[in-house]
Amino acid sequence: MEIEIDGKIAQVPDGSTIMDAAQQIGAYIPHFCYHKKLSIAANCRMCLVQVEKAPKPLPACATPVTNGMKVFTHSELAVKAQKGVMEFLLINHPLDCPICDQGGECQLQDLAVGYGGSASRFQEDKRVVFHKDVGPLISMQEMARCIHCTRCVRFGQEIAGVMELGMANRNMHSEITTFVGRSVDSELSGNMIDLCPVGALTSRPFRYSARSWELSRRRSISPHDSIGANLTVQVKNNVVMRVLPRDNEDVNECWISDKERFSYEALNSSARLAKPMIRVDGALREVDWNVALDYVSHALKDVISNSGEASLAALASPQSTLEELYLLQKLTHGLGSGNVDFRPRRRDFSSDGKLAGIPWLGLKLSEIKNLDAALVVGSFLRKDHPLFAQRLRQLAKKGGKVSLLSSSGDDSLINLHAQLTVSPADLPLALAAVVKAAAQLKNEAAPAGLDSIDPCATSQAIARSLLDGEQRAVFLGNAAEQHPQAAQLHVLAIELARLTGATCGFIGEAANSVGGHIAKALPTALNAYEMFAQPRKAYILLGVEPELDCYDPQQALAALKEAAVVVMLTPFGDGMAPDYADVLLPITPFTETSGSFVNTEGRIQSFTGVVRPFGDARPGWKVLRVLGNLLALAGFDQNSSEQVRDEMVPAGSPFVAGLDNRISGVPLSLSLMAPAGELQRIADVPIYFADPLARHAPALQKTRDAVAPTARMNAATLARLAVTDGAPVRLRQGNGEAVLTARADETVPAGCVRVAAAHVTTAALGEMFGAINVERA
Amino acid sequence: MAILGALNPMLSVGLDGDKAWRLADYVKRGGYSALRRVLEQKIPQSEVINEVKKSVLRGRGGAGFPTGLKWSFMPRSFPGDKYVVCNSDEGEPGTFKDRDILRYNPHSVIEGMAIAGYAMGAARGYNYIHGEIWELYERFEEALDEARAAGFIGSDLLGSGVSFELFAHHGYGAYICGEETALLESIEGKKGQPRFKPPFPASFGLYGKPTTINNTETFASIPYIMNLGGEAYLEAGKPNNGGTKLFSVSGHVNRPGNYEIPLGTPFATLLEMAGGMRGGRKLKACIPGGSSAPVVPAATMMNATMDYDGISKAGSMLGSGAVIVMDETTCMVKALERLSFFYYEESCGQCTPCREGTSWLYKVVHRIENGQGRPGDLDLLESVTTNIMGRTICALGDAASMPVQSFIKHYRDEFAYHIEHKKCLVPVDVQRAGSSFFTATV
Amino acid sequence: MLTSESLKRIDREIAKYPVDQKQSAVMAALAIAQEQQGWLSSEAIEAVANYLGMAPVAAYEVATFYNMYDLKPVGKYKVSVCTNLPCMLSGGVDAGEYLQKKLGIGYNETTADGLITLKEGECMGACGDAPVMIVNNRRMCSWMNPEQIDKLLAELK
Ligand SMILES: Cc1cc2nc3c(=O)[nH]c(=O)nc-3n(C[C@H](O)[C@H](O)[C@H](O)COP(=O)(O)O)c2cc1C
Ligand code: SF4
Ligand code: FES
Repeated sequence: MEIEIDGKIAQVPDGSTIMDAAQQIGAYIPHFCYHKKLSIAANCRMCLVQVEKAPKPLPACATPVTNGMKVFTHSELAVKAQKGVMEFLLINHPLDCPICDQGGECQLQDLAVGYGGSASRFQEDKRVVFHKDVGPLISMQEMARCIHCTRCVRFGQEIAGVMELGMANRNMHSEITTFVGRSVDSELSGNMIDLCPVGALTSRPFRYSARSWELSRRRSISPHDSIGANLTVQVKNNVVMRVLPRDNEDVNECWISDKERFSYEALNSSARLAKPMIRVDGALREVDWNVALDYVSHALKDVISNSGEASLAALASPQSTLEELYLLQKLTHGLGSGNVDFRPRRRDFSSDGKLAGIPWLGLKLSEIKNLDAALVVGSFLRKDHPLFAQRLRQLAKKGGKVSLLSSSGDDSLINLHAQLTVSPADLPLALAAVVKAAAQLKNEAAPAGLDSIDPCATSQAIARSLLDGEQRAVFLGNAAEQHPQAAQLHVLAIELARLTGATCGFIGEAANSVGGHIAKALPTALNAYEMFAQPRKAYILLGVEPELDCYDPQQALAALKEAAVVVMLTPFGDGMAPDYADVLLPITPFTETSGSFVNTEGRIQSFTGVVRPFGDARPGWKVLRVLGNLLALAGFDQNSSEQVRDEMVPAGSPFVAGLDNRISGVPLSLSLMAPAGELQRIADVPIYFADPLARHAPALQKTRDAVAPTARMNAATLARLAVTDGAPVRLRQGNGEAVLTARADETVPAGCVRVAAAHVTTAALGEMFGAINVERA
Repeated sequence: MAILGALNPMLSVGLDGDKAWRLADYVKRGGYSALRRVLEQKIPQSEVINEVKKSVLRGRGGAGFPTGLKWSFMPRSFPGDKYVVCNSDEGEPGTFKDRDILRYNPHSVIEGMAIAGYAMGAARGYNYIHGEIWELYERFEEALDEARAAGFIGSDLLGSGVSFELFAHHGYGAYICGEETALLESIEGKKGQPRFKPPFPASFGLYGKPTTINNTETFASIPYIMNLGGEAYLEAGKPNNGGTKLFSVSGHVNRPGNYEIPLGTPFATLLEMAGGMRGGRKLKACIPGGSSAPVVPAATMMNATMDYDGISKAGSMLGSGAVIVMDETTCMVKALERLSFFYYEESCGQCTPCREGTSWLYKVVHRIENGQGRPGDLDLLESVTTNIMGRTICALGDAASMPVQSFIKHYRDEFAYHIEHKKCLVPVDVQRAGSSFFTATV
Repeated sequence: MLTSESLKRIDREIAKYPVDQKQSAVMAALAIAQEQQGWLSSEAIEAVANYLGMAPVAAYEVATFYNMYDLKPVGKYKVSVCTNLPCMLSGGVDAGEYLQKKLGIGYNETTADGLITLKEGECMGACGDAPVMIVNNRRMCSWMNPEQIDKLLAELK
């Protein structure tokens, strides 16, 4: 189709709108309700343009292009119409720009300059709209500013997958609201603030804290999940004031999750560690860096000389930068110990050394939309990976068959093709059933060991969906990697992929779940679990809070408390650290250091610090480098994080090499993990407890997703234990216990108790997916 | 009240108030014979549509769009459902004809819809009934049961293998749902917010499926067209304005009510049928096609004929055929104020010019009526209407503007007087007398 | 929340629409819930939404859009008077004022004994019978001159 806009010619596919064509040739047409990611509403009427032979001006956002169409966006007719609409938008809009948070970045304000009349002809009283309280993240205090574009409403329906805002009433009394008194709980809700063209929806934590023009905008990368969302971090007087998404169609599109948007509050939290501290006769005391580092190097040398190299272990958070992970493993190996790992929530390491390459997503994030079918195994989807789940949601919308096989029946807000919710012990069997079904459908022999399995209708439906269509994928989620039989799940997924011709991939837990492999932060001796199961004398902890971040916090804590030396590199000095740490070294979070994250598709994303370090905190890579020097280790002479990175990946390469999900040499052996009759624990890692930054962000901690864990069981299990919904229960694992409130939840599989990990109230408990004992308290 | 009078009637032939609405009565009047013939003789769909085209039946809902042409827009071969929807959401002030059709002749609508379903290959239909006429919603459901029992709707009509399922859906107080796409949204269980067109219902209608929407009276006329033949129906009216039509006469007349007359009948005749002006007072103005149509001064109106072309020559629209008669006791400012309030109240609130504009219009007219008019107000009103018209999603924006423009155009002095003297030309007690509230006897 | 009687009636409405279009029954379901309760509480709206599998706020949009739903309690009888132009010309406004005097309340007010709530209505599609009013959304009363109104009030107890 050919169309002429203000004399410029554009070629567009059939079905395009005038707005599409205009954007293609860079002609700007004023608009409010139109948004490239949302359905067309055509309600603001700001985009009215003149079309040759049309008697009336037409909305560019909704008018389909016809061949040879001539459009005029600035003709007298068009401009008159646009000015008319602008006047209507302004008559009831408050004149509070000077105090409005949106001031300076308000589409209405910007356009009013060009299209607004000078004096108002509107002499009547303006509309009054009552404010609403919709939770700690979004402020709806000045809804009189709303221009009824319904972007926020459409975002909920179409992107977040849940309609939390609606437009109530009619005529000029229409107003945006939640259902009577409800809060907005979507993990993507903050995007509505960006979408709102005016100052109706604003960021509650950011409110009134700065004017947009006082903020400098710096590029950064999200340190949370494995997607690596691109961020714009806004800074005023060396303080991070706000975090916004930075468009990157291939990674986060134009969205970020609320965790990525609001966790910045932790950067300015009072829990930040300002100075190094060492334990002097029982108590932690602030000291200078040279004292602290000197202390550390001597302490480590002592332990090694007294108890041998193997008595040292180092554990890092998978949210550490590539450079930190690299130098940590270098330091550990340099000191002669192979006990280093970056996978604290992992239990089954039997695939270590059996992998053909580095586990990754198996395809590019941007390729998800082209899939015909996808199966996700072992994941809490939208709470683990909000943006990955969002892509699957869009896939399902346009007909892709998305299935979920997991121990969580939480509503994924995805129109699922099929869903199986089973106990952790049954997860491998359930996946095996899908493998068997696929084999049967292809009349191929099922792999040995699956003979006894006969697939249910759902497994068959899943297998069938993976068999037809061009591109299909099987994704293993966080719970699948944390699972006690992770390697079995891996082998089965690969087998399923082989049979169906699908791609097998790992969603990946954290910002550097792939990067850790590049950095070789992997054990040659004791792994993340063993280093606590077989207590060591000295530990180096990088960015982890073991009582919250480990698969078995109880075991980790016990080991740490017994250790002679625990050196902790962390931005925060609170929590349980004082109970076991002998040295606290303040390192800087992602906004105060340069570094790199490698996302789940293998994309290397380096970033620089956006503000000066807090107090005496220093970038982790520098601290480790200096330690390396003090310990007189070779290869610690880098002068920049770039130099560190270049030792791992060739400079300038956008993606890492060596990604490969194949596995060999791990025999299939399906066994029930928990003896029948015993209760199994299902531990989710709640979205706002998942990492230290989120845990230290006040607003996030006030959301519904951050309520303290309960013990969730289905009615049958409750009955079996003679416990009622709401009653207190005592949970026991090993020799640790916790008392929580029992909650009835039919989505929890029979014989299971869902008890969240990563929370102080459950830190005394043991394995995330182990056996657990529950009784009336 | 039955249909009060008629000239060469069709729709109202043999009606007998509340006594003769049931299936048996309708069949006695020759009802369902058209449907039976169409089904038994397997008359090709295209022929049925042609018959309707020949009749030049124009939509009775307000837009006056040729019905046969509209039917021919439906995709012939479409995989999946198609729908026929009847618009009985009669809410246009002054209009109350569909109510009488549903009340005295509901089966004519059912038969018309069944024939339409056959002609367009739609196996499912809905009748959207104004929430305020609840008794007739219930009566229509009764009529549906009768028709279903007799095999006129349901599956395999009269053993023909054709099926047509028909259901009633009630509104609940929103004028905008009379707009066809708002009506579809409403049936889908949403707010009645009009859709942007294109796509038109014929390609993307109810549940996204091809759909044809017609007014109650339009469907009710179909059986008569099939029985008489298209030409005969056309001749009952005048060229380009086929058939007879129901006119709802309200306001300052002696016998307000519905009258069925051939299109082309002089307004004077209709006025006479309605018993003439109340209390013998003088005609001042008339809104000939429902509140959305421009007002027409007495002189012009007395020379107009009641048909689409005749009324547009008189500078207005035949619309739904609602004739609102106003005598000299009427204050035109008060009259406009009430209409403007109506459109402001009923705007769906979706699009900016309508949402903001209708409330602005009302607030200004309200000020004028209450003695707070300002010199510039009339020009302001006119300029606001030009900023609304043609820029909204649906025609409510135009509907709200046309009264304002026409009232000011024809009665500018009266508005000017209001602004200047902060009161009305017509003394308040005279206005009161006009309503005859305290004197009327039924 | 919703009585089994109400649910039976709602099921009958649901049956009118394609199986995957339950939401189409929301207007009828809300009307039924209002009949059961006398008005529409948010609990009732939510119950309807859950029963039809739609977002509560979507049902709330509907309940607040159509003006025959009462989201606040009303008197035992809700009397809506049409004051639109055609009715006004034949005494609709006078009828409203007459009622207000007789009941000693204004529009959108309820008599002290909680018996009658008065509302100003829009065109009810019965202009030929002006003045017209509707009682409890169901019963339309035509030609409401003073005597008729007195009769009606005497009847509403
Ligand atoms: C604001 C508005 C209100 C309308 N109200 C009605 C109505 O109450 N009844 C009706 O039949 N058509 C009404 N219409 C016209 C319908 O949109 C549609 O044109 C008509 O139902 C088509 O049927 P017809 O072709 O048989 O006239 C209205 C249109 C608008 C813009
Ligand atoms: S709140 Fe903002 S996004 Fe939502 S309708 Fe109003 S202006 Fe649009
Ligand atoms: S509400 Fe219908 S045009 Fe805006």
